[in-house]
Amino acid sequence: MTAISQPPSSPLPGVSARSRRSRFRLTRAERRNLRTGLLFISPWLVGFTAFVVYPTIASLYYSFTNFKILQTPRWVGLDNYAQLTKDPLFWKSLGNTLYLTLIGAPLSVLVALGIALLLNRRQAVGIGVFRTVFYLPFVIPAVAGAVLWIFLLNPSVGLVNQILSVVGIDGPGWFYDPSWAKNGIVLLMIWSAGDVIIIYLGALQGVPRALYDAAEVDGAGPWVKLRHVTIPMVSPAILFNLITGMISAFQYFTQAYVIGNGVSHGTNDTSIGGIQNSLLMYGLHLYNNGFRYFRMGYASALAWLLLLTILVATVVLLRVSRGRVYYESER
Amino acid sequence: MSAVVVSQSAGARSQRRGLVGLLWRGAPIFVLVILAAVYLTPFVWMISTSLKTLPQSTASPPVLVPNPLTFDAFPQAFERMEFLKGFANTLIYAVPSAIGTVISCSLVAYGFALIEWRGRNLVFLIVLATLMLPSQVTLIPLYVIFAKLGWINTFLPLVVPTFLASAPGTAGGAFSVFLLRQFFLGIPRDLLDAARLDGSSEFGILARIVAPLSIPALITVALLTFIDKWNDFYGPLLYLQNRDLRTLSLSMQIFQSAHQTEWPQTMAASILIALPLVAIYFAAQRKFIEGITLTGLKG
Repeated sequence: MTAISQPPSSPLPGVSARSRRSRFRLTRAERRNLRTGLLFISPWLVGFTAFVVYPTIASLYYSFTNFKILQTPRWVGLDNYAQLTKDPLFWKSLGNTLYLTLIGAPLSVLVALGIALLLNRRQAVGIGVFRTVFYLPFVIPAVAGAVLWIFLLNPSVGLVNQILSVVGIDGPGWFYDPSWAKNGIVLLMIWSAGDVIIIYLGALQGVPRALYDAAEVDGAGPWVKLRHVTIPMVSPAILFNLITGMISAFQYFTQAYVIGNGVSHGTNDTSIGGIQNSLLMYGLHLYNNGFRYFRMGYASALAWLLLLTILVATVVLLRVSRGRVYYESER
Repeated sequence: MSAVVVSQSAGARSQRRGLVGLLWRGAPIFVLVILAAVYLTPFVWMISTSLKTLPQSTASPPVLVPNPLTFDAFPQAFERMEFLKGFANTLIYAVPSAIGTVISCSLVAYGFALIEWRGRNLVFLIVLATLMLPSQVTLIPLYVIFAKLGWINTFLPLVVPTFLASAPGTAGGAFSVFLLRQFFLGIPRDLLDAARLDGSSEFGILARIVAPLSIPALITVALLTFIDKWNDFYGPLLYLQNRDLRTLSLSMQIFQSAHQTEWPQTMAASILIALPLVAIYFAAQRKFIEGITLTGLKG
């Protein structure tokens, strides 16, 4: 009888009762600590509630409504989401943004890894200078970087095409050519990935020398050491950079706004997303709807779709990387 | 027999070390130099253009050394972008944000690092999770709240969240809490326990022991926040529509409204808004590197 009345999950009744008590009933010291702890994190608790939890839920609600600012939201069910599928600019902006997430972000993460590997040398003379050079593009304001690249990639007077023409290459129209515009952004992304390089350098410096020594004893050359020691050891940093790079590419805004605005001036194209919306990023489309046309319900639907997309993409990346990323603590 | 083979192969290897080895060792440096030159060229071009006359800035073939050399673009850009006003507005935004982040995030980080309470790891995971939340999701409801409060065209929507450890962005609240917590975890517990035995309150311990020991980390957080706000474009774009409230990053837009872009002026303006950050970087290089490296630690 007693055996039957026991909960099946706890073979040892004494342990279960104790753990339950300790979970719910705190000693006086524990209660005091809990109070003090909550007191210290209370600024965050208030901020989290007011600036994260409430707005996140509110925007989910707004996404099911027709809503202009300072009006009462009107429930429209899934209308906004249905509208998305029929909005050509939505598809355009999604395509443009995927170009940055699938090509721009991985490419800049890869180039940054290459540079970090070159920088991570033992007989380092003047490495600090090189590090500064590669980090500097990240230091300058995004707006300044964007304006600079509008100039550099100007089809006729820009430095890049002028240099290309010296070698006999007729450079593309870059931001002024819808089929090339996004490659200009990709260049800018690669150039300004200084923070990624620094993260790699930190990871590379954490690789124990003993591993290289052991590999050398086994007769490993530089390539083998790179392939079988360095890359596996920094694989968590690669994954981290890939995920954060992808997330920020999904939200790409400032540079696209500045460049899109910049190239539209002096042309007949009045859109904010560059020539034929070739630079209309998802974040830009969201901004246009929310704050230029004040279609805030629709913009909220865009925002929630973005959140879900980022979540799915992150989970997929984590799944795919499983078994390919080496975590020391798991060993 | 075998000894001969060994000595032969050893000889071949040492020969490779001599010639090919030199190339092998020199190649990365060579590639680095080329890459560094490529990465630096935009800056060189920016400076060179800012010192040119308008016709020379678009000359073909391009001219590297300005001739005649003129500084005219700087005062022109300075005036046109209303630099002083933009600078003042940027400071009004960025300095309180840095202070607010340092104060609120060190309190919160202390609560996560140095007080043992039930559930703190779970709650800390939530803090980290907010790093992943795209700011666009909260944008519209926040705008609505701030509009209802009458905070549009004030600095409040941008500054108040920093005092609640909740500023968005890469150097926002969650990131700063994370960074400070990492640092606080390294502080010897004996020091805290001794102070507790002496009857010191937790606030007293934070103020008199933990904070003084964490000055480097606090400076890092203050600097990264300041720079984040200096660079911020989206926030001011939404909340500081009034021309008199424009920050420097917004004031760059003025150069794109002209019919023909005045490249020397535009480049001069870019230099003017980038220079303070570059100066801070050179003054506090280590802090930057440490802060950024810490970001990758959890990866």
